[in-house]
Amino acid sequence: MPAPSEDTMIERKKLKVGIETVSNQQSTDFPGHWPGESHEWDLEYFKNNMRIEFQHEHANKLDLTFSLIGVDTSLANALRRILISEVPTLAIEDVFIYQNTSIIQDEVLAHRLGLVPLRGNHDALRWLKWYQKDEDVPDHEPKSDENCVRLSLNTECRWKEGGLEKAKQGVTDPDELYENHNVYARDFSFEPWERQTEKFGDDGVRSSHPDILVAKMRPGQHIELLMHAYKGIGQDHAKFSPVATATYRLLPTIDILKPIVGADAKKFARCFPKGVIRLDKVTSEDTSAHPEECAGKEGEAKAVVDNPSLDTVSRECLRHPEFADKVKLGRMRDHFIFRIESTGQWDSDELFLESIRLLKVKAARIKRGLTRTNAQAQ
Amino acid sequence: MSAKPIIQGQEFPVITPTSIKDIDEIPVSVDQARVTVLPGSTKSAASFQFEGEDHTLGNALRYIIMKNPDVEFCGYSIPHPSEAKMNIRIQSYDDVDVHDILDKGLQDLMDMCDVVTEKFTIAKEEFHSNKMQS
Repeated sequence: MPAPSEDTMIERKKLKVGIETVSNQQSTDFPGHWPGESHEWDLEYFKNNMRIEFQHEHANKLDLTFSLIGVDTSLANALRRILISEVPTLAIEDVFIYQNTSIIQDEVLAHRLGLVPLRGNHDALRWLKWYQKDEDVPDHEPKSDENCVRLSLNTECRWKEGGLEKAKQGVTDPDELYENHNVYARDFSFEPWERQTEKFGDDGVRSSHPDILVAKMRPGQHIELLMHAYKGIGQDHAKFSPVATATYRLLPTIDILKPIVGADAKKFARCFPKGVIRLDKVTSEDTSAHPEECAGKEGEAKAVVDNPSLDTVSRECLRHPEFADKVKLGRMRDHFIFRIESTGQWDSDELFLESIRLLKVKAARIKRGLTRTNAQAQ
Repeated sequence: MSAKPIIQGQEFPVITPTSIKDIDEIPVSVDQARVTVLPGSTKSAASFQFEGEDHTLGNALRYIIMKNPDVEFCGYSIPHPSEAKMNIRIQSYDDVDVHDILDKGLQDLMDMCDVVTEKFTIAKEEFHSNKMQS
């Protein structure tokens, strides 16, 4: 049996989007699905067909968009899930409050502190170990410089010089009246101990977003506390998640089956976000190839697909009867437009590589745990 | 957090240690205790239970095992949402040992990860060198 043509392979990979339905959703690249075709796992075939194309990286390296092409949804989704919930980060877990006379209650303040993303020297963060919080576990590791990062916050709100007089004159702007009335994440100070001074260097551990507002105070109010940050994973608490979001979407496809020309072309372009459809001129080839639609319209506008990745697949064009049989919408089932937005502790590209490494570790651990003599579950 | 298996009277965290630097940090016995074979297994049909795994590994492993032509059926399930357990069922043709199929599946998945890492690194370097030039 002849191997299927390239066009057939592409057609098979297309998720079809209709007015009310989606079809051809499931992967079919399995042995036994298509008569006479193998589809057996082949590393060389995978190597030749799998592609990664970087699309956009923000200057701060925290927001990354790239295309992951030629892999199955199950792999893309595994990586996305690991990014969100299994890549470890450092976050504040214990807060020891010595003084808090602000109006934010202790527990609410502690919760807010926990959510502040931290950053520090990457090698030092990698060097950090887990801290097992459960005191009941035998051989429970004590807190040390290797598993616990200490930060402190000590701030007191006061009247500015002459602030009281200004208040009497009716000034209400807190910036003019008080000092330290806003407590920001930049006010944390890193309290290194033992090897941490050398490992974390001069920058220490600090918030990756210094302008996060933690609390507001008025003169006489005082916050004094000590924070212990540990390594954790997003599965335990969202504050340990290294990403704001890690998402993917499938590349949209737009197939124009019959030429859309003239005023219709402009209307068609307006059905899509800007940049998706381009307007070209009808050429003499078009008129001879499609005389029914194009005869006598040479030089008029003709709709051409420009950049389908910008499409949101709103299906607006399918609502208009004049386009209904002229266009087919779909998505490529093996083309993932991946977007990773880091919260600041790690760069997005590091996070993606770490997620692949962790998936491999998962497989490796099961592989070595597998023996012929594995216990039968009760 | 997830359930912790007890090995030689000692509790071990299950999911957390996937985020490790080196797999040797965790004793092999921990992983051996995480894998069990459910009752009723034969050479060519068995259900395996992995403790501390979820859809992340389950679906990826199911896909790669289904790519094996010796496999008649492969499916996975999470029997209960509040138990950190994942079951995977494999049935093979021609009396092929399902242990070997599972082992091959895990190896293929690891090879796949290596290819993705390699391609990502190359794509990253290309992107950055293009950016430098422009």
